[in-house]
Amino acid sequence: MVIYGLALMGGCMIVGSFIGRSLGWLLGINADVGGVGFAMLFLVVVGQRLMDKDQLSKAAQSGIAFWSAMYIPVVIAMCGTQNVVAALTGGPLAFIAGLGTVVAGFLLIKPISALGGKSEPVDSAANKQKGAAE
Amino acid sequence: MDQVIIKAFTSYPLVTAFVLVGVITWIAGIISKAMGNRIAGSAVAIVIGLILSYIGGVMTGGSKGLSDVSLFSGLALLGGSVFRDFAIVSTAFGARLEELKKAGLPGAASLVVSVIVSITIGAAVGLAFGYTDPVSLATIAGGATTFIVGPVTGAALGASSDVIALSIAAGVVKSIAIMIMTPLVAKRVGLDNPQAAAVYGGLMGSTSGVAAGLAATDPKLVPYGALTATFYTGFGCLVCPSIGYIVLAAIFG
Repeated sequence: MVIYGLALMGGCMIVGSFIGRSLGWLLGINADVGGVGFAMLFLVVVGQRLMDKDQLSKAAQSGIAFWSAMYIPVVIAMCGTQNVVAALTGGPLAFIAGLGTVVAGFLLIKPISALGGKSEPVDSAANKQKGAAE
Repeated sequence: MDQVIIKAFTSYPLVTAFVLVGVITWIAGIISKAMGNRIAGSAVAIVIGLILSYIGGVMTGGSKGLSDVSLFSGLALLGGSVFRDFAIVSTAFGARLEELKKAGLPGAASLVVSVIVSITIGAAVGLAFGYTDPVSLATIAGGATTFIVGPVTGAALGASSDVIALSIAAGVVKSIAIMIMTPLVAKRVGLDNPQAAAVYGGLMGSTSGVAAGLAATDPKLVPYGALTATFYTGFGCLVCPSIGYIVLAAIFG
């Protein structure tokens, strides 16, 4: 059943949101601290477990795959709702502050990535997995 | 007759949004091909979306881009936080747990470093433009973190409304700059593996910016980047009005 996939994702999101909101409440801020992130972690762990036990049908997987494929269209729609006018009319202060942090962020990717172990580009990693399966 | 045509387009807002995004994607594909596929179709589509957003904003004077035009109100549904977050979570299915574990430490480090760097840059720019009171500086610094942290900080500290508006503008500039710049610089800054994506998510922070930036770069990296980015705004809302303000007040108070 396709709905099982959606229900699984939805369940992960509700639990994640509960944890994120609880964290916010404990910290004294009215915000969701990482709710979506927790939901993603649950989906990775629970999804993998169900797949290993062969308990997630093709149809259920396709329910999740559909939303995964809808990701880019949703992002395009989201871009159509951005307040671009505010960004362009915010003046030089907003421009320099906003752009400065982005440039600094890009420059910091390599040094901070070096903290962890070596990570392989997704393409070669995916190919290797495929190669192992064949 | 006019009414019939208008009703046909506005009766099912979400469906109209499907059609619109489909058309944008199709046009973006043609443009991308004409440019020799050097820029991904999704990146072109994102830029088209932002341009339409600008046109919509100028036409209506609203703050939600093209979705403020009643004909395209469905964009706010399709691109709103419900579908966005649901689609982001769905990308986690198939992400590799061992990669996530490896990205844990650098991802967390990137969150802390980025909030400190953003607050420093935001406050420095505010200072350069003549703001000297710690409340305004902390609010602008919040905006340099994300466009949610700015107003949250401003409201908590009692900043003036024009400073809060400025902080939102800084945050919006940041998130749009992330969307446009990411696919252009990805190769040069080493954004081609899950771990770098997790670090990138923590460094950029804006969920919408990261979502669009990775969509235009390599959709396979989305789960890793989105995961860390979703912790950023909450973390910023925690740090900026408290520790951030205290430090700024100690220096400029």
